[in-house]
Amino acid sequence: MALELRGITKRFPGVVANDDVSLSVAPGEVVALLGENGAGKSTLMNVLYGLYHPDEGTVAIDDEPIRLDSTRDAIAAGIGMVHQHFMLVPVFTVVENVVLGQEPTGPLGIIDWGEARKAVIEVSERYNLAVDPDAVIEDLPVGIQQRVEIIKVLNRNARFVVFDEPTAVLTPQEVREFFGIVRGLQADAKGIIFITHKLGEALEIADRIAVMRAGKNVGEVLPADTNAAELAEMMVGRPVELTVPKGAAEPGEPVLEVRDLVVLDDRNYRAVNGVTFEVRAGEIVGVAGVQGNGQTELVEAIMGLRPSAGGTVRLLGDDVTDFTPRQLHEHGVSHIPEDRQGSGLVLGYTVAENMILNSYYDRPYSRGIVMDWDATREAAERLVEQYDVRTPGIDVAVSTLSGGNQQKVIVAREFDRDVRLVVASQPTRGIDVGSIEYIHSRIVEQRDAGSAVLVVSSELDEVRALSDRIIVMYHGQIAGEFTPDADITDIGLAMLGSGQ
Amino acid sequence: MTTTTTEPPEAPPPEPPSPMESAAGVGDSLARSLLVPALAVVAALVIGALIIALTDVTLVPQLFSDLGPTLAAMGREVLSAYRALFRGAVGSVYAISETLFATTPLLLASLGVALGFRAGLFNIGAQGQMLIGGMLAALLGIYLDLPGPIHIIVCILGGIVGGVVWGGIAGLLKARTGAHEVITTIMFNFVAIYLAQWLLTIPLFQEAGRNNPVSKPLQPSAVLSPLFGSTYRVTIGFLIAVAMVFVVHWLLFRSSFGFEFRAIGLNPEAGAYAGMGVVSSVVLAMGLAGGLAGMAGATQLMSLAPFKATVALPGSVGFDAITVALLGRSHPVGVLWASLLFGALKAGGREMQGAAQIPLDLVTVLQALIVIFIAAPALVKAIFRLRGEAERPAQLSKGWGS
Repeated sequence: MALELRGITKRFPGVVANDDVSLSVAPGEVVALLGENGAGKSTLMNVLYGLYHPDEGTVAIDDEPIRLDSTRDAIAAGIGMVHQHFMLVPVFTVVENVVLGQEPTGPLGIIDWGEARKAVIEVSERYNLAVDPDAVIEDLPVGIQQRVEIIKVLNRNARFVVFDEPTAVLTPQEVREFFGIVRGLQADAKGIIFITHKLGEALEIADRIAVMRAGKNVGEVLPADTNAAELAEMMVGRPVELTVPKGAAEPGEPVLEVRDLVVLDDRNYRAVNGVTFEVRAGEIVGVAGVQGNGQTELVEAIMGLRPSAGGTVRLLGDDVTDFTPRQLHEHGVSHIPEDRQGSGLVLGYTVAENMILNSYYDRPYSRGIVMDWDATREAAERLVEQYDVRTPGIDVAVSTLSGGNQQKVIVAREFDRDVRLVVASQPTRGIDVGSIEYIHSRIVEQRDAGSAVLVVSSELDEVRALSDRIIVMYHGQIAGEFTPDADITDIGLAMLGSGQ
Repeated sequence: MTTTTTEPPEAPPPEPPSPMESAAGVGDSLARSLLVPALAVVAALVIGALIIALTDVTLVPQLFSDLGPTLAAMGREVLSAYRALFRGAVGSVYAISETLFATTPLLLASLGVALGFRAGLFNIGAQGQMLIGGMLAALLGIYLDLPGPIHIIVCILGGIVGGVVWGGIAGLLKARTGAHEVITTIMFNFVAIYLAQWLLTIPLFQEAGRNNPVSKPLQPSAVLSPLFGSTYRVTIGFLIAVAMVFVVHWLLFRSSFGFEFRAIGLNPEAGAYAGMGVVSSVVLAMGLAGGLAGMAGATQLMSLAPFKATVALPGSVGFDAITVALLGRSHPVGVLWASLLFGALKAGGREMQGAAQIPLDLVTVLQALIVIFIAAPALVKAIFRLRGEAERPAQLSKGWGS
């Protein structure tokens, strides 16, 4: 009883997305499928889920080739998929979502809600997937929504479950719980394919790790026989620095001084409740914390995107509280926003246009109100080169670039001027190892050039790798300050509000 | 999907460079973006032909008794109808004049709507903006005593000012209070109509001896000169409108205002993060959109004998402008072609009605069909078997990376 993909080749106009790729998973086995963005993992899984028809190759269960013309076929064959972006109806309840498309019906086609509810409870108890069957999806945290997706798949009697980047949206605590769930499924002889680009997770959860690069199999390894560095090299095709090397910080004068800052969130709660800290020239201060503890609002208030409700923000001694983003830009503040595609880029704009998104209004990119596209193109060509943005050209829409390259566009735009303060939120979220390495090294470079750097990240590893000092936010307040070599358990406890 | 916290780690599938035009590469993307509208027109004409054939009450019953000859007769009818349409649109100097005459206000108003679209604003208020612009132009045209060219410029500027104010108010309401421009501009259309209706009955405007709402005639110095001689209706207003194509193109793609408009239209949040004044841009874009519509009202007033303002001044131009802006993909050059097409349909439709006894309504049907096909590009691509995105299955999962 094993699921096998044999010699799958899938071509798209101009691209071979999968080139003779094979992968198998046995019941009770967890296989991690590791690869960079664009390596072809998703194409392969879409073939498996009946969304794409392969040009060559077969899918077989137990040596028996099966035909997958639609997701219906895949579900019938016992293949379930938990998508990264959940396919749930936000205003429906858990039960409604789980049975959607396969509603148990009584006479006259009336939905038997009692039956549906029972089935949901049964699955959730059996696999220890605690969830309120009557809760409405939009009220649930992401981690619980993911459980609903898993229940949905299990309710359809999946024997093989594919998880597509399941941890990308989870907090560290939720990741732990999720791994528990995976172990439970494994114990119940489900075969699991775990798609990820996070090396540590692959090493931790998988029985076997398959690596793809540029649409091809690179190799399969056992976690015991390998390490993160080797996996990264397999993924990227060259040795990668997982932790960017940096010397000791030489902090100078205070650049950013935040005093007793209070910020209200959209519901008028105090998301930031009296926060005081400073960042000096030549040091990186990392803000750690579980997402939703006020980090977002803190950054928005510093960057003039959300009014402060008390306290002050000073830049090099000047009061810049509630300055506009443009004023801050002109005072040498760089911002890498948390939501790259939502607020960092205009996706429909070209690479060149995004490069000047906040400096378009002045020389050299415009005179008066007349844009100077020659100067823009010249600068864009230079920045693409200088910041290693992999793009067919500066005139393609930035939406066609990979996440890592999109982020490099932002970094190029923000770092290519006289910078005094860098505020970087989730600077490497969801991007590939190669780009992470690159962006981290650029951030350290900024520090060494004398900028003050504030890094906010929900990835504790990232905060520890980059920071010279770490502050932990919990419930809108600073719950502790640490050195980067502090014990991870202490930092973790502070993140949960129970430290010190 | 219920999450908003992340983005796909895998890049979205490569797609043709944005339909929004960028700094460079105008020609190629333009040709491509005009393909679907062109095919939509063809498809609409084919369906229009079926409608012509199948709505002929004398021929349809004969289909069952006498198939061959009846089909031939239907073919002849369709042919004669379209021939008349074509003749009425471009078949003579008179026809061309009529086409360009109908195009003029449409082009100006559509440029305004397109400008709004680019900034992410759905301006339904071109109708009211035209009327207010026309009223202000009328006031200046009736009472000022200026030499010819200067009087014309002053009246057109008056039209622009009227439209800017009328559109700008809607922009201000959106920026300050969040009131949606679709609602406010629709309401402002009503306000404009009733305001004009009242103004046209007070002595300031109303022609002496009238009891219906009609204004005094403009001074002759405020009348636009004919383009092809006095026997033809088209005026230099058409040239002014074409000039505005270049102005709007420059504004959108060469000025920093256009850069802001387009950025905010595509992603207002990114605009705000980049330090753009989203509020002021919204007001400005609505104002400019209204200004172009106001200009349309002024030129229409100054082109159409007997040069008196009435509430019927905008006709249906303000609403057709929405269609034309969509058809032209909110690109000034696309809008120029689309207005010419609609102008031609309008002019040709009258000839078709007169010569071939096909109701003018067919033109409306053709316009509607064109819009339907434009709105559903996948449909057009399927009909014409175009290779492209339509062929690829929907991206239910994620893309296959870069």
